[in-house]
Amino acid sequence: MIDLTVDLGGLKMRTPVTTASGTFGYGSEYVGSLDYTKLGAVTAKGVRLDPWPGNPMPRHAEVLGGMVNAIGLQGPGVEPFIENYVPHYVKTVGAEVGAENVPPMIVNIWGGSIEEYAAVAAKLSEAGAPVAAIEMNVSCPNVKAGGHTFGQDPVVLAKVVAATRAATKLPLIVKLAPNVPDFRPYVAACEESGADALALINTIPAMVIDIETRRPVLGNRTGGLSGRCVHPAAVKAVYDVHKCTKLPILAMGGIYEPKDAIEFLLAGATAVAVGTATFTDPSTAARVCDGIAAYCERQGFAAARDVTGALAS
Amino acid sequence: MVIDEETKIASHEDAGPGYRFLVLDAPKLASVLTPGQFVHVRVPGLEASALRRPFSVFDACEGRVTVMYKIVGRGTEALAKARVGETVMVEGPLGHGFPETCGGVPLLVGGGYGVAPLHFLARRLVAAGKKPILFVGGRTKDDLLALDRFAAMGVDVRTATNDGSAGAKGFVTEPLDDALIELRQKGEAFELFTCGPDGLLKAVAMRATGAGVPGWISMDRHMVCGVGACFACIQKIRLPNGEEYNARCCVNGPVFKAEDIVW
Repeated sequence: MIDLTVDLGGLKMRTPVTTASGTFGYGSEYVGSLDYTKLGAVTAKGVRLDPWPGNPMPRHAEVLGGMVNAIGLQGPGVEPFIENYVPHYVKTVGAEVGAENVPPMIVNIWGGSIEEYAAVAAKLSEAGAPVAAIEMNVSCPNVKAGGHTFGQDPVVLAKVVAATRAATKLPLIVKLAPNVPDFRPYVAACEESGADALALINTIPAMVIDIETRRPVLGNRTGGLSGRCVHPAAVKAVYDVHKCTKLPILAMGGIYEPKDAIEFLLAGATAVAVGTATFTDPSTAARVCDGIAAYCERQGFAAARDVTGALAS
Repeated sequence: MVIDEETKIASHEDAGPGYRFLVLDAPKLASVLTPGQFVHVRVPGLEASALRRPFSVFDACEGRVTVMYKIVGRGTEALAKARVGETVMVEGPLGHGFPETCGGVPLLVGGGYGVAPLHFLARRLVAAGKKPILFVGGRTKDDLLALDRFAAMGVDVRTATNDGSAGAKGFVTEPLDDALIELRQKGEAFELFTCGPDGLLKAVAMRATGAGVPGWISMDRHMVCGVGACFACIQKIRLPNGEEYNARCCVNGPVFKAEDIVW
């Protein structure tokens, strides 16, 4: 029996597999389509302090090997999220797999100011189970006011992470932008400010143009690229970050098959998140979990955590 | 509860120039789908590289589910090559459909392949003893689809084309307006059900709200996840308290009440 449990900066996961924020709604949407007992956690869609309408339509464009989205972080705001969405998740998933098997929830948060990040984190800290960790989105390419600007300047990043850290005792995961020339100053900023783990990659800034109308396809003009096509770039990012930090890494970007996730583990990730693939095959995360266990068996690893960083030199 | 059913293609034939009927052996889905709901199809050959494609249900009975689609891009081009006997993974039932009851005469208004969910609806309405009238419009006669199938159910079909190649010349709202006037003169109750391009949906919604009758509007959007997780298929909707919000067509719709839609 392979030990699949991992510790992601204090978040105890029964398997190294979660879902990527923005692709799994508020956790309950895929009941019936996927075995939730294979998930070490679910990751909820980005939440901020107040309700947010998101971007104009169209919000997505399919491309070969992936998609470009500009949803724009539409959401209900943190209080309705805690009062309505979290209990709904517990109820519907609990009815499916039993209350004791409901995966813990990582809540992705964002804000327009440092104070807002801290305020959202403080509210989530009082929510109780299953809210078990916070993932800070400082890297969304689709909202001007929030996220991205914080992730592009190490000084500002350090301030927003420190303020959020001070507001919560929950494990704090910082989701980094992939489009930086050198990860080291950002990683250092997160370490110094009390982050417990790093998540990468977010979508890669991207654009699709309709050549007949000569207009951008997306209502927001630009968006973020995800899917199969980003996977090798994401593996390189995880590899680079793992080399310069001891913080555990939650890796995501184009996981469609178990081998994609195992590449991340070998490159240094502690856990992985399945995103865009869920849209095509909702059972992907469960398949990935089984595939990691089979790989460990085949390669002689007693535990999934032993695969982390086990890249042959 | 969403079902992910392994279906087999029972038949796959032309529905008109550039349009296809895909008939699937799908006993689980066929027994639970209702008119106006949609299914999410993993396109054979593109399972690994494309998003699912959403299709409204043209028919669901006797263990089979039929969708009618237009070949418009990479996904539907690949789907059009799928052969009888091939396996297709299909997810459903998805979304909220049309009510299956109607106070008065059901007026079904379709544009192009928007007649698809109206066909399934007509079957249920006819079975319930109603006498629906179908108004269908297209650019040319080639865009008027499945009319024989509606006629075979005893549906009164009235057509219009932009170029006058079939039915009245102009928009489908012209024969519709004639019928609305006639029904009002006779004092007969009616409800409106529509699916098609946004321009047509808006025109029908305005007639429903103007006449103070129920109007059921099926929005055509590309659903990415199909289950409310991704927020890619939104439509601005007005709540009873006057607030507006971005509803998800896949779970809050695709059928909305005419008066709730913010155009």
